[in-house]
Amino acid sequence: MKKKINIQSCLYGITFFFITLSGFAQMPIFKRYYISDIPGLGWLADFYITHLMHYMFAGIFMGLVVYSISNFIVLKTGFIQLTRDMIIKIVIFSGLILTGSLMVIKNFSGTPFSNGMVIALDILHILFCMALLFFGVYQLIKRKKELLSG
Amino acid sequence: MSKKISRRAFLKGSITIAGSVAASATGVSTATALTREKKEPLATLIDISKCIGCEECVYACQESNADKYPNPEKPYPEMFPKRVPIEDWSQKRDVTDRLTPYNWLYIQHATAKVDGEERELTIPRRCMHCDNPPCVKLCPWGAAKQEDNGLSRIDSDLCLGGSKCKTVCPWDIPQRQTGTGLYLKLLPALAGNGVMYKCDRCYNLLEKGEVPACIEACPEDVQTIGPRSEILEQAHALAKEMNGYIYGEHENGGTSTIYVSPVPFDELNNNIEKGDGQAHFEKVENKMASGNNIAKAMLIAPLAGIAAAAGKFYKAAKEDE
Repeated sequence: MKKKINIQSCLYGITFFFITLSGFAQMPIFKRYYISDIPGLGWLADFYITHLMHYMFAGIFMGLVVYSISNFIVLKTGFIQLTRDMIIKIVIFSGLILTGSLMVIKNFSGTPFSNGMVIALDILHILFCMALLFFGVYQLIKRKKELLSG
Repeated sequence: MSKKISRRAFLKGSITIAGSVAASATGVSTATALTREKKEPLATLIDISKCIGCEECVYACQESNADKYPNPEKPYPEMFPKRVPIEDWSQKRDVTDRLTPYNWLYIQHATAKVDGEERELTIPRRCMHCDNPPCVKLCPWGAAKQEDNGLSRIDSDLCLGGSKCKTVCPWDIPQRQTGTGLYLKLLPALAGNGVMYKCDRCYNLLEKGEVPACIEACPEDVQTIGPRSEILEQAHALAKEMNGYIYGEHENGGTSTIYVSPVPFDELNNNIEKGDGQAHFEKVENKMASGNNIAKAMLIAPLAGIAAAAGKFYKAAKEDE
């Protein structure tokens, strides 16, 4: 049982890493800041490759989230209780999934989204991503403090 | 795995999973409905055999769009790191042999054999206005937009000049001018580098019911504008009549700029000057197709999550028996 939970956490970790990396690669920054010049990282400057990667990891992420929710509803495992931190995470994940899904639909030919909505989706998606990163840092600091205080 | 599961819990779990599957299926049909075309886009037909290379269209374009051109502020801010190029066309506004921020349409020259005779062909080149434009769909800020009539354009008030639109454009159409736009008000040293410019198919004239300046000015009626299906019909009829070739119908999944030529486009492509600001006539695969195919496949992901949970639940129920 313990090993299975670790595999799930590991999958979440790998997915977060690549989804964030490929997400940031959608902005023209990796070439500008020499990151794609590092041997083996040239692909970070290819917008089409990182776009496909972002989609693939988004799919894995959604699969993981649905698996976690199903587990919680059916087996009452996974989340022990809905803490404040857990609720914040759920709100951020929901925001990322909702805005991301709408952006995926937007990328099909002939989508009816207004330009204002497209801009709002772009900004909201980045804001949810930043919120998740800041919240992750906050949780790390909090955990470290708890460990230090014994 | 020794969690006790009652018959009631099993039924409850099964209903939940079935409900989730139904919700996913609804999501699929909603996505399909949202991607339906709203109305038919406008397209232009360019009959290469008629073009005499007088450049009337080029000058009409410049005159009509002069108020949209950038007026960069000098000196340009120092950019970090040093590799970020300053692209300044403000002192070269009269360049007409390629695309620039001040020249959104130019005439390309090719020498080819037409009916056994060597002839110089001249070809108006500008944005192809793709059906599913990567410049619009992949812009990280929504600065590039596609209008209901199919044209794509870049909002110079929003563009930060990162040039992603040019990188993802199969023809490298958008051109950058440094020292103008929103980036100057944000972090000019660290992010952005001006504004990208390209043909907007005179959206402001179309809004008034007029035709784009290049079409209006052409003395030879090289270009025709109309609903895409009608333009394609005309293009095929013309190609049949001249025993010619079509470009733009299927390139990048389809565009709203349809060229008809008396010589094959790979031959034209071999005879034109290509490079920065000078577009090619190569075959172009649908750049957005791979992503959109993966997106369709992604719909399986939630179902896979549900299936994995159902498997786990079923296994637990079996173990309890």
